[in-house]
Amino acid sequence: MGEVRLMKGNEALAEAGIRAGCRAYFGYPITPQSEVLEYLTTYARERGMIVLQAESEVAAINMIYGGAGAGARVMTTSSSPGISLMQEGLSYIAAAELPCLVVNVNRGGPGLGTIQPSQGDYFQATKGGGHGDYNLIVLAPSSVQEMADFVFDAFDLADRYRNPAMILADGALGQMMEKVEFHEYDPADHVPAKPWATTGKPPTRERNVITSLHIEPERMEEINRRLQQKYREIEQREVRYEEVLTEDAEILVVAYGLVARIAQKAVELARAEGIRAGLLRPITLWPFPRRVLRTLADRVEAVLDVEMNAGQMVEDVRLSVDGRVPVSFYGRMGGIIPSPEEVLERLRTTIKQDVPKKAEAY
Amino acid sequence: MAENEVLENVLTAEEEERLECVYVRPDTLTDTRFHYCPGCGHSVAHRVIMEVIEELGIQDKTIGVAPVGCSVFAYHYMNIDMQEAAHGRAAAVATAVKRILPERYVFTYQGDGDLAAIGTAETIHACNRGENLLIVFINNAIYGMTGGQMAPTTLLGMKTSTSPAGRTVETAGFPLKITEMVAMLPGTYYVTRQSVHTPNAVRQLHKALKKSFEYQKEGKGTCFVEIVSNCPSGWKMTPLEANEWIVEHMFPLFPPGDIKVPDQKR
Amino acid sequence: MAKGKVLFDIESCKGCELCIKACPQGSITLSQDINKQGYHYAVLIKDNCTGCTNCALVCPEAVIRVYRETKKKKVPLATISNISQDITVTIDDRGR
Repeated sequence: MGEVRLMKGNEALAEAGIRAGCRAYFGYPITPQSEVLEYLTTYARERGMIVLQAESEVAAINMIYGGAGAGARVMTTSSSPGISLMQEGLSYIAAAELPCLVVNVNRGGPGLGTIQPSQGDYFQATKGGGHGDYNLIVLAPSSVQEMADFVFDAFDLADRYRNPAMILADGALGQMMEKVEFHEYDPADHVPAKPWATTGKPPTRERNVITSLHIEPERMEEINRRLQQKYREIEQREVRYEEVLTEDAEILVVAYGLVARIAQKAVELARAEGIRAGLLRPITLWPFPRRVLRTLADRVEAVLDVEMNAGQMVEDVRLSVDGRVPVSFYGRMGGIIPSPEEVLERLRTTIKQDVPKKAEAY
Repeated sequence: MAENEVLENVLTAEEEERLECVYVRPDTLTDTRFHYCPGCGHSVAHRVIMEVIEELGIQDKTIGVAPVGCSVFAYHYMNIDMQEAAHGRAAAVATAVKRILPERYVFTYQGDGDLAAIGTAETIHACNRGENLLIVFINNAIYGMTGGQMAPTTLLGMKTSTSPAGRTVETAGFPLKITEMVAMLPGTYYVTRQSVHTPNAVRQLHKALKKSFEYQKEGKGTCFVEIVSNCPSGWKMTPLEANEWIVEHMFPLFPPGDIKVPDQKR
Repeated sequence: MAKGKVLFDIESCKGCELCIKACPQGSITLSQDINKQGYHYAVLIKDNCTGCTNCALVCPEAVIRVYRETKKKKVPLATISNISQDITVTIDDRGR
């Protein structure tokens, strides 16, 4: 058994970063994630990490670019408006095929919004956010343990594919305290060699250039093809999800992150009433678990997607379900967290409207 | 005047014996021909930087950060590891590279828009933190790559494609003297303004750059070298006219010389 | 005999004329011909070069090689014999 601690989500992220061998952290304060920067400035420097409070998120993401290009494991964290500022940088990082970890502790928006949790950045995280054809590998934790675990996973994925990875958390996960167990992890076993990095050109090799500018269209197309091929490979190999009580489910709830825990409770309450509900929790939001969702859509009568936004992941759910069964949506905005009872009520309504025959049975 | 006969472009056997080569293009430049306009100061500046790197023997220890602007392709010409930064962000990119590889020499190469418009915050904060970098600032008072628009350093009354009747204070404010601004920050160690329009200016620049790389080893702060340069295309002049224009119009507002020299007590 | 000489990489010259202005001897002018890029290129017209390197210092394209009288002897490095004539390769103190 590894070391067990009681920690805030933000602190777990930070501690995991140190243990994952993150060489440098460049960040900027923004609620609800400033604890990450604070924890690292207090504890990480003596453990060998470079921790720098940048002058803005724009500067921070460009420091990430420079550090990743120099061959180091680097990470940054921010929240929605700050992540918006980082979009140009993320497009450049993806285009230059640099590995890094970015964490979005999602708060309510749009605009300056609120400091309460939200899932309103799903589109931004999974559909680009920045310009051009690229994808981030997106992991969505739903516990403080996963806030820690996914840091190690994200760094490994980023290095494996030379692509930026994002952990899409939310303000509640960042602030709540739960038990975290840190397992053995030696970065030396995980960080690959990076012969492409700008470390100073010795006579034995050509110069390394980190760039995303390719003016000749044929060359640009070739670069894009290579990126797309990489994304297809990631879609084949790195999809992650969790299924709860789906084997005999008649109604499927789809939710991620914090909302998945609430949905799971709602599913348990539903089962107690005799409703055969089940939960699919996507863990990778990109690549999205299309195939398992399509398979489940063949078995269930209806799908209910629950999110803390105006309806974002539900579009991917609808695409995956592909018209097989009705897909409903329940969402709260403004930073309000739905309760399990609300979700259960919506579940009941969904059954009445989408599966009327079953409604009678229930 | 009698018509001068063109001398043969080759050394005679006698010359081979008697003469030694005292100047040749540095090996630290790649073989790629510059895409810059004829007479452009960028070409000279690139060459001088690479001469200094060759002279100091630090080609394998230097990392450059290229800007967005005419010199976005600096990495085609400088035979060292380089990173292409987003517009204005070179100082932030270089900060990270230097902090992660403190034993390396790291420099940025930026134009007036990159450094003093979109990159103002990154420039000032890198200097304020005293990052141990060399920042090379090419000031030609215009945006060359995008077709000759006004820059922060465009002179009052100067005509550009976005100040067709000449820059006015009411619309666009004053030319920004960013070099003097960063000299005020305690984080900068050596701040100087140079040019490449005459052989002596080139010699002075060579010295300033060499000092800057040597100071970087001491780790005492940012070296900031502005190079007042030309843009024959944007200014709509021949290279010779442009270099005269530098003396008549640029130097009164951007006078060459050291603005801040190292305080030996630091 | 001139103390120095300059050689031009004709195909890389863009005819900017900065070397012409920089030469204290007035020894450089633009050719009547054009190179493959379409520029009139710099040529040496007087045999009074001092090897001061002014032209090379201002040249944006780094097309100029400058030679100057050497006070040091050149050291023979090797003699290559072939059928028609012997060639002696020398090396100066700059390794050129």
